[in-house]
Amino acid sequence: MWFLEHAWLIPLIPAIAFFGIIFFGKKLPKGGSEIALIAMVAALVIAGGTAKQWIDHTNAPAAEHAAEVVEGETAPAADNVLAVEEDGAVAAAAVEGAGAAVEGEGHHVEAIDHTWTWWESGALSFTIGSHIDGLAVMLLLLVTFISTLVLLYSTEYVRGDRRFTHFFASLVLFSSGMLAMVLAPDMSQLILGWEIMGLCSFMLIGHWWEETANSKAALKAFFTVRTGDIGLLVGTAMLLGIFKTLDISKINEMAAAGEFESRTVLTWAAVALFIAAIGKSGQFPLHTWLPDAMAGPTPVSSLLHSSTMVVAGVFLVARLYPVFHVGLQINLLGQHFNLIAVIGGITILIAAGLAFVQNDIKKVLAYSTVSQLGYMMMGLGVGAWVPAVFHIFTHAFFKCCLFLCAGSVSHTASHHSFDMKKDMGGLARKMPVTFGTWMVSTAALCGVPFFSGFFSKDEIIDSADHNGYKVFFIIGLIGAFMTTAYMTRATYLTFFGKARGGAAHFLGEHGDAHADVHADAHGAVHVDVHADVHGHDDHHAPAHHSKPLPFAPSDSPWQLTTPLLILGVLAVASGYLNAAPFKLHYFERWIESSIGLPFGQESVSAVPEAPTFEWIKALPSIGLVALGFVISLGLSKAVFSEKASPIKGLTQRIKPLGWAHNFLVNKYYLDHLYEKVIVRGITGPISSAAYWVNQNVLDGIVNGAGKGGRRTGELVYKYVDQGLVDGIVNGSGSTARGTGGALQPMQSGKVNQYGALLFSAAAIGALVLVIVNS
Amino acid sequence: MLSDQNWLLSVGTFLPLVGVVLMFFVPKHDEVTAKGIAVITAAATLVIGIVTLINFDYDQSEKLQFFVDHKWIDVISSRYIVGLDGLSLPLYILSMIITLLVMLYSWNHVPSPGNPKAFYILMLVLQVGMAGTFIAQDLILFFVFFELVLLPMYFMIGVWGGENRQYASLKFFLYTMFGSALMLVAFLALFFQTKGADSDHGFSILRLIEEGAGLSRNVQIWIFTGMFIGFAVKVPMFPFHTWLPDAHTQAPTQGSVILAAILLKLGTYGFIRIAIPILPAGAKAWAPWIGILAVIGIIYGALGCLAQTDMKRLIAFSSVAHMGYVMLGLSTLTPLGVNAAMFGMVAHGLITGMLFFVAGSVKERYHTLEIKRLSGMLKQMPKLGWILGFCAMASLGLPGLAGFWGEFPAILAAYSPADGLSVTLFRVLMVIAAVGTVLAAGYLLWLYQRTAFGEPTDEFAGHGHHDHDDGHGAHDHDASVLAHSVGAAANDDHQSDIHDVTVIEWIAWTPLLIGILVLGVYPQLMFKILDPAVQVALKAFKAP
Repeated sequence: MWFLEHAWLIPLIPAIAFFGIIFFGKKLPKGGSEIALIAMVAALVIAGGTAKQWIDHTNAPAAEHAAEVVEGETAPAADNVLAVEEDGAVAAAAVEGAGAAVEGEGHHVEAIDHTWTWWESGALSFTIGSHIDGLAVMLLLLVTFISTLVLLYSTEYVRGDRRFTHFFASLVLFSSGMLAMVLAPDMSQLILGWEIMGLCSFMLIGHWWEETANSKAALKAFFTVRTGDIGLLVGTAMLLGIFKTLDISKINEMAAAGEFESRTVLTWAAVALFIAAIGKSGQFPLHTWLPDAMAGPTPVSSLLHSSTMVVAGVFLVARLYPVFHVGLQINLLGQHFNLIAVIGGITILIAAGLAFVQNDIKKVLAYSTVSQLGYMMMGLGVGAWVPAVFHIFTHAFFKCCLFLCAGSVSHTASHHSFDMKKDMGGLARKMPVTFGTWMVSTAALCGVPFFSGFFSKDEIIDSADHNGYKVFFIIGLIGAFMTTAYMTRATYLTFFGKARGGAAHFLGEHGDAHADVHADAHGAVHVDVHADVHGHDDHHAPAHHSKPLPFAPSDSPWQLTTPLLILGVLAVASGYLNAAPFKLHYFERWIESSIGLPFGQESVSAVPEAPTFEWIKALPSIGLVALGFVISLGLSKAVFSEKASPIKGLTQRIKPLGWAHNFLVNKYYLDHLYEKVIVRGITGPISSAAYWVNQNVLDGIVNGAGKGGRRTGELVYKYVDQGLVDGIVNGSGSTARGTGGALQPMQSGKVNQYGALLFSAAAIGALVLVIVNS
Repeated sequence: MLSDQNWLLSVGTFLPLVGVVLMFFVPKHDEVTAKGIAVITAAATLVIGIVTLINFDYDQSEKLQFFVDHKWIDVISSRYIVGLDGLSLPLYILSMIITLLVMLYSWNHVPSPGNPKAFYILMLVLQVGMAGTFIAQDLILFFVFFELVLLPMYFMIGVWGGENRQYASLKFFLYTMFGSALMLVAFLALFFQTKGADSDHGFSILRLIEEGAGLSRNVQIWIFTGMFIGFAVKVPMFPFHTWLPDAHTQAPTQGSVILAAILLKLGTYGFIRIAIPILPAGAKAWAPWIGILAVIGIIYGALGCLAQTDMKRLIAFSSVAHMGYVMLGLSTLTPLGVNAAMFGMVAHGLITGMLFFVAGSVKERYHTLEIKRLSGMLKQMPKLGWILGFCAMASLGLPGLAGFWGEFPAILAAYSPADGLSVTLFRVLMVIAAVGTVLAAGYLLWLYQRTAFGEPTDEFAGHGHHDHDDGHGAHDHDASVLAHSVGAAANDDHQSDIHDVTVIEWIAWTPLLIGILVLGVYPQLMFKILDPAVQVALKAFKAP
């Protein structure tokens, strides 16, 4: 049990590594990347040990659990908040979830908490530490694993970058933030991890901050997520108000058991928290920051879009699932819609639509991520908790792989460009590893049978149908169709057809399509040869620094291809942890107790059992995937090949199509609304107006009072002092003159006199007050 | 009377005066001796502070320790009563630390027109006033210290300030004086209402806490009004804040730092030490209004920031917003809220103090604080750029840094205010305050993006070192070296101005930066000290 008790080391090691890199990184031979890798590997090892022990823990005989559960119930003091002294680490198994009380098929496994008091106020105590259950373990392993691969990839990818050291520092802090959030036993720790990720995304997206476009994207990412965070703050405050604690397991337990005063309040808390998830996970309508976040280096995009940051929102919903489930009455008999499912569903479709009109390969993937996050949300919205969480798991591998493939293409083949239309094409021939892993991951993303995405995505779609959410079943199917179609387009443009621009150069085909000046990933135009001087992605010539793999004569160097191969294998293999068609349910068994709700229909707050898999039910989605592939391939060939085709230029010829195209290219005009209307409104007229009021009204009163006081003073001086008092003084002047010399020392006592005056004036004022009140 | 070392507080408070006296004998031209004496005095004071810190009984932080009760002004039965509990300890120590750090910083940063001797004397006097305010347990004594602070700050702004210093200093002085007058009226009213003349402890806060609750609600409300205006001007709360941006903008860096770090806390401290415990009914009646004004301050201060074109003025306005959170926490009258407020005071002191330091250093290097003329600071001064980024993040309330623990619990507390306060109102306030966090991120990061990111503007390009942190890449060297030489040729006179953080700056800043981080990572360090004292201060109120 050592690992289960020391899981808090997993986020701590990278956090310490961050400071190590910042302070000493530059002096090290590898610029700090070695600290990053060592720390992440150490975290990975601990996470692996934790996972192993967790699996043993879940497989332990049920009798043992029963005994522990009883113990937990009889001794509530040992329940969860365990102050641990520095000397001896004590861990206790805490009862987690309401599942303990309910007999169900899914057997209950208690979470393992290890906490310290982080801050307290009166009777309220908030903890920091580790809360280990299936969900946490899964993400710990996932995050450390993906982070390690991304770090390895980065050692080559950002080599020679002007801020190499800072890049690695930010990257490990990023992982640390995610790990801290995943482990959180308490909402305050969750917020800590959540916001640290926000900070790191700001640092990493704005990595090449010399260019305004990048720093703007960084600002936008932070700001948009922060807007969603209003919901997180408000929701957390509401949770504290409702449950009098921020301990996540206790909140879940009480929510599941119905121990709260008002369901309406709980509903609002769920809505508020969901707004935070919308911001973080790029759900409609706050998804606009995600594609802009592509301004960061590719490894960042890859990490951000696979296992960290964007899944944080999904994780929040999964973590506090009883709150959402009960608050939004998910799976209530006869419910066809709920907030989570609706937002998830809309996101699937609008993001997939946008992926069709992107020329930048990373932006296609970015919208694809948004769309897939929509699936996860929708899954959670329809009560398919396990498939949704499983989709987090499988998606991380193939999406990470796809981004790294895009980086590999850009790094080696296309002169650092990400523009599929200008600088790619025909690369399948010369980049076998990149191409092969790309194809495997694409198949997984599209949900081709026997690839991992199929097992997770189809389960979500199937559950939507099974749980009575017909509309979302159909949305899921349409989404699958669209996914295949846009991925086929992207694949065709990148790897097939005639090589263009940078790719042509790389392939040795000096075609006429080569352009010296091309638009880069961020829309700014650079002269090709000087791209390095500006903050362009990937800072050195595509020469091969390291020996390529023997079987990849012209592919990227090994630091790039190794992660690709590993992830490519996992893009297939990961699906078999929970492959319903083959009756494999390992994943489900390891994590299902984290849901915190009973299964079956006996209780109001129960989650429906998973549907049984039948190939016949999977046929529509498989058919749509195939259809999407065929149609998109046909269209891509017609539109993007050099041969004349009647489809070409269709958007120019048919107006409504052109409008639709424009609507998509302008991202539904949401960015216009946010940036041109809301942000500009607040930073422009509204703040100016407030400041005007400050300077002219509030300060005007003050200055007016000051001026009035001075005017009064002048008048008093002129008429009273000079005229009246001075007259008397002058009159008596002659008598005073004689004694004047004697009075001189008294002048020094003037301050005292003023003090006495002030004091007596105040005393009179006070007396007036007393009289008024008595 | 828990400890024998009752002398600690008095020595800790008045020791700076010894330095002042010594400095009178130093000839004006001998600047080093004068500065040396002052710094040593401040350091000795801090040592006393640390001894206090060590001898403080943390298990009884709700009690007044090192308590002294001595005859003072018999005529009005005012006594010299000093003591330290969990509420005052953090601020008391903070004032000592800030004074020492500011003095160290001033070593080679004495603002024009020079005369370090006078400048340092003022800082020492200021320190007496600040420390005294936090230990005074008698209203008249409190008032004396409270007012003592005004004069040195008035001169600091008026003599060493910017172009518009006359106006700013006078406004600062008169505005706070106006507030103090009403406050004094309230103190006296309290004295008479509680028959203070019959007691030999007429103005003792401890006595008044016992007597005050017995006053009728109306009387409490009237007296609270007087105190409210006095303290609210000092905080400053909307709409009494307009002296602050001017004072901050015109004050020398040192003045701004002390003003932000300590002086603003005198007002909020007054609320929690005096107004709220003595006049519970008055506080309850006023709480909704304080909450409303606090939240207006949060939004309004943030909007004010967004409208600024001057970096220092922006930071000054951000104080209005941040003190809004402190006041929101106080207005909930719950332990959680007041703890947040107390934490927020210290955090704001560290963070905004640090931001003013940075602003001062930027001004010193670029001779301007106009945001649109500054760009690419990270490139020219990477370390300073990082520090600015760190402070901006702390200021916008990033968890893991101190600022968060002032805002987050205040928002949590607003959801369930003390018994008898309107729950609906406070929940609305909570949501608006949460929106304020977004605006805070907006103005701070926007500031950061405009000043630190990007390339240096043509005006300043070519100064400072470009190839700072490029251990590996040789790619952008050619371009930058070229730019460097061109720029250097054009403006050689500025060459020496733009440099990264100096040793003196590191010495002055490191403790603050560490403080921000440590308190952020382990907030319990402070909450543990604050909480028992806060519970006592709020014993008249029932938590929801």
